[in-house]
Amino acid sequence: MLTCKHATELMSQELDRKLSWRERMALRLHLMMCNGCHRYRKQMEFLRRAMRRYGGGDPGGG
Amino acid sequence: MKDEIERYLSERRGDLVRFATLQLRNRDQAEEAVQQATLAALENADRFAGRASVRTWVFSILKNKIIDRLRHGQRESTFSELAGPEEDGADLAEYFTERGFWRPGAKPARWVEPDDDLEQEQFWRVFELCLEVLPERTARVFMMREVLGFETNEICKELSISTSNCWVILHRARGALRGCLEERWFAA
Repeated sequence: MLTCKHATELMSQELDRKLSWRERMALRLHLMMCNGCHRYRKQMEFLRRAMRRYGGGDPGGG
Repeated sequence: MKDEIERYLSERRGDLVRFATLQLRNRDQAEEAVQQATLAALENADRFAGRASVRTWVFSILKNKIIDRLRHGQRESTFSELAGPEEDGADLAEYFTERGFWRPGAKPARWVEPDDDLEQEQFWRVFELCLEVLPERTARVFMMREVLGFETNEICKELSISTSNCWVILHRARGALRGCLEERWFAA
């Protein structure tokens, strides 16, 4: 069973490398049960969009 | 088009310098990079086709100038001189209990329609503030990855750090940025 701490590590790493099948399954299972981590993941995706836009990646950005 | 670029460069110079300072963590180098980018933008103004926004176009030039500096500067010594927590430091430990679950009160809150906030100037002020308070080494790696578009293995090579160390630093940066935005913006 994945801890939240470990789950957040995987949620960061999935932005930098392809997770293994086992890691993806463990993470998926954890996210189904933990709404804190579920939010964390959405927020990670948001941070990536925000950083891209901050760096001028998105036309008309901030 | 040229007028538009000139206007942007003069009106938004502060934005450019702040952006470059965040990447380079050195005000003089940042000023120089902005100057180079400004010159390059003016010289090539006739190549700007108006397909991207002026901001996107200018930032892409500035990013290249920053990348040149990171690549050709004395990057290794510069990186090791930057202030930052030790690699093995407990990451984001303050958020978790000893058993590794969210500490009461540290659990991520719900952010309501965060993408709408990207349209607000005030959001970006807070965003920059949260980037500024990242430790220097953490910020360097994070910016290379998320803003300058380096792959993780390139970052490791450029900065002479291990891949796993790189992941730890990126994780720490994202967690800290998330926590700061939640505290200062989404739950403020």
